[in-house]
Amino acid sequence: MDNGAALVFRGVSKTFGDAKAPALEQVDIDIRPTRVTGLIGPDGAGKTTLMRLAAGLLTPDSGSIHALGMDVVQEPLRVQSSIGYMPQRFGLYEDLSVQENLDLYADLQGVARADRPARYQQLMHMTGLAPFTRRLAGRLSGGMKQKLGLACALVRPPRLLLLDEPTVGVDPVSRRELWAIVYRQVEDEGMTVLLSTAYLDEAGRCDEVILMHEGRRLGQGPPADFSEPMRGRSFHIGAPSVGKRRLQAELAGVPGIIDATIEGEQVRVVTTGAGLPARLPDIPDLTAAPAEPIFEDAFIAALKGGRAGTAPPAPALGFHGPTASASDRAVIEVHGLQRRFGDFIAVKGVSFQVRRGEIFGLLGANGAGKTTTFRILCGLLPASSGEVRVAGLDLRRARARARGRLGYMAQRFSLYADLTVLQNLRFFASAYDLHRRRSKQRIAWALEAFELEKYANANSGTLPLGYKQRLAMAAALLHEPDILFLDEPTSGVDPLARREFWQRINALAEAGVTVLVTTHFMDEANYCDRLVIMAEGEVLATGTPADMKARYRSDERPDPTMEDAFIALIEAHEKDAGAVPA
Amino acid sequence: MNPAAARRMRLTGMIRKESLQILRDPSSIAIAFIMPVVLLLLFGYGVSLDARKVPLAMVVEQPDANSASLVGAFRHSEYFAPRLFTSLQEARQAFDLREVFGIVWLRNNFSNRLLGQGDAPIGVIINGVDANQARITGGYIQGVWQAWLADYARGRGLTPRVPVVLEPRIWFNAAVRSHNFLVPGLIAVIMTLIGAMLTSMVVAREWERGTMEALMVTPIRIDELVIGKLAPYFLLGMGGMLLSVVMALWQFDVPLRGSFWALTATSALFMLVALGMGLLISVVAKNQFVAGQVSIIVTFLPAFILSGFIFSIGSMPEPIQWITHLIPARYYVAILQSLFLAGDIWPIMLGNSAALAVMMVVFLGLARRRFHKRLDA
Repeated sequence: MDNGAALVFRGVSKTFGDAKAPALEQVDIDIRPTRVTGLIGPDGAGKTTLMRLAAGLLTPDSGSIHALGMDVVQEPLRVQSSIGYMPQRFGLYEDLSVQENLDLYADLQGVARADRPARYQQLMHMTGLAPFTRRLAGRLSGGMKQKLGLACALVRPPRLLLLDEPTVGVDPVSRRELWAIVYRQVEDEGMTVLLSTAYLDEAGRCDEVILMHEGRRLGQGPPADFSEPMRGRSFHIGAPSVGKRRLQAELAGVPGIIDATIEGEQVRVVTTGAGLPARLPDIPDLTAAPAEPIFEDAFIAALKGGRAGTAPPAPALGFHGPTASASDRAVIEVHGLQRRFGDFIAVKGVSFQVRRGEIFGLLGANGAGKTTTFRILCGLLPASSGEVRVAGLDLRRARARARGRLGYMAQRFSLYADLTVLQNLRFFASAYDLHRRRSKQRIAWALEAFELEKYANANSGTLPLGYKQRLAMAAALLHEPDILFLDEPTSGVDPLARREFWQRINALAEAGVTVLVTTHFMDEANYCDRLVIMAEGEVLATGTPADMKARYRSDERPDPTMEDAFIALIEAHEKDAGAVPA
Repeated sequence: MNPAAARRMRLTGMIRKESLQILRDPSSIAIAFIMPVVLLLLFGYGVSLDARKVPLAMVVEQPDANSASLVGAFRHSEYFAPRLFTSLQEARQAFDLREVFGIVWLRNNFSNRLLGQGDAPIGVIINGVDANQARITGGYIQGVWQAWLADYARGRGLTPRVPVVLEPRIWFNAAVRSHNFLVPGLIAVIMTLIGAMLTSMVVAREWERGTMEALMVTPIRIDELVIGKLAPYFLLGMGGMLLSVVMALWQFDVPLRGSFWALTATSALFMLVALGMGLLISVVAKNQFVAGQVSIIVTFLPAFILSGFIFSIGSMPEPIQWITHLIPARYYVAILQSLFLAGDIWPIMLGNSAALAVMMVVFLGLARRRFHKRLDA
């Protein structure tokens, strides 16, 4: 079985316990040596299972796996001596220092003591961790932890490196650095890298991409092989008079359009065949221009197949919420907000205002202070100092009343996993004090508007992630709040579910509900009316997405993305922080 | 690098990492060193199974020389603190208020019957809520009564009615101090705590935090992983044992009549059994909370209740006695009690050690077999 590939799967299937659907089904792959291959697919596609099989952590039900010419099933130990593997939550020992973590892996990988200083120096330099070798791993930021994890996996340069979602939850700056490190290994050491990711924009950085869906391999090839056939099917459509959100909602329902997403100030549209559909919405200033196809277009087209125009119509949310007439008044006012935990300041003097019916984003990496700010706004956490008014109520005096006006969807799935969908909804209706008739009405609304009827009697823990998220959102909306707080609502949700989710959010905002959302997906920032970018507890910038991007427009980057703007801001901030004498 | 050197490097790497984690985690230090001290102080001073200065109501309906002499006998006994009452009713009141633990009732015909037939029964009422205490108190009352009666008869030149007088000699623990058997037994409980509970939780923690997955995709072998993981806890457990022995000898004046090396050897054996249980639990549980709960239920509580450390196995119902044979602490408690109070009694030590050795092989063997470098096994 030697066709020169570094990793070969032949007819590999794997089903876990009593699960109905196999995690992997008849998968064949060949990973070419000295290349970076990306494993791309939505949640539950089987990416992690594939990685673990390749690392010898799982045994396949059928099929064969060879890594570097060795049979992984027969000789897992030999394989494990020559590969590097970084699991999704890299197992760093948080109570050990950076150096001690490295030492442990050097011992386990049998790196000779004489070779260590040089290798350590190289790794620390590459990861920028040199100044922190004595710091406990638990005290590092998310991005630094991930880089240390990578360093540990590289301590003895492996011939094959398996990275399972190394960039999840990592800020864009660290993501870029991680990619740079990976490429250096490939170029300098001739390493073969297999890397899985749920960020579709990272596909373009790979030499080759394997597209996975529901345990099957949909395709493999250079990213351009996927996006090129989409040429002539991707368009940018703009209509300043209606605004990007309403335009997107309209376009999503047009037959012949598979996908409509907000990109920058326009809507990106993918069509079923070449050319624009004959019938577009009748808007006078509507302009359409062909767009450079990207991997995501191909991904959506492959996953949605021919189901064009089946994007659910913007759900009828039936909100008789506040009308737009009151729209200019600020419903949330934050002034000089501070929050300390011991001697750690999580939020440092944050100020912003949110107007009624706005979608307002808090953008930042893990640990930027987004969640803390949110919890204060929801009255879950008292502020150390500063003023917070929500729906005109001072949170220090009328916390309970303010809370009755707002809905909150927490970062993790915070519903009762062992209650059914219906039981969860009933519980939340009673928790929000809805009397019997209204509660019945609202639950019926929730089941219908979020298309949860067919799961009504299923335990919510067993729902697909996208449905769990719908249920969580339905529960947060039962009492018809004026303000909806969404904390990282789309993290871990696949691109299809994310699209659907944003459609619902748009419909809510159109109905006059004020939506506050935190996210670390930079492209989602474009859905917001206005946003703040946070880092280390501070607000670095406030404004509309267009403003933010315009600030970083240059000859080099005529059309900067939100991510470019974010990275430029963070870098400027770090330079400032570095310039201040300690 | 040759394979043996690589092996040694991996093993020392694991041991060093584990030791650092123990040193940085205050809770493992607390379980290994503070918990033993707390438990020993609690059991050494707080729990006593002896009856001493038991408050006793004595109802004397017609005071005379005989009754005064009997009351005196109770007063002189170190076991009782008698209070006098003239009617049963008053004594009942004190009894209900729990001011006294028992009542000794001398009726108004006490002296007459004593003189007449030389047989004057006394009424005894004992609070039976605590059955153990009640039994001990009852026995002591009877002892004082019979001694007094014999004395009385002898004083009058009569043959005492009591047919046989027992003169008990108590061996091994002549002072009948409950310390002397509680404290050695406690060492078994403490080592179970460190060996099984702490270990099961730290292994489960690796599963929970995902560090186990990263460890498994290194060239480390299962044996190295297990030994590297257990060695530091073995030392920690032996340290806890040593601390307990030091406290037993110097704080509680428990004698150590057996040899120290026999104590060390049998303790090491028991420690391995406990580590085996801990490892087995963590392999099955893979989550700190469950591992903690399971180890409390299947190792700690049985070591407490079914090991013979507090409750004598001989007085348990027969089916429960069978169950105690499955509790490793039972064998170790037997060894400890004979080592501390009697000496190196080889038949006891060897028999119980053999049982422990079998359990060690079973637990470590099972844990080793269930512990794979695989996530789906």
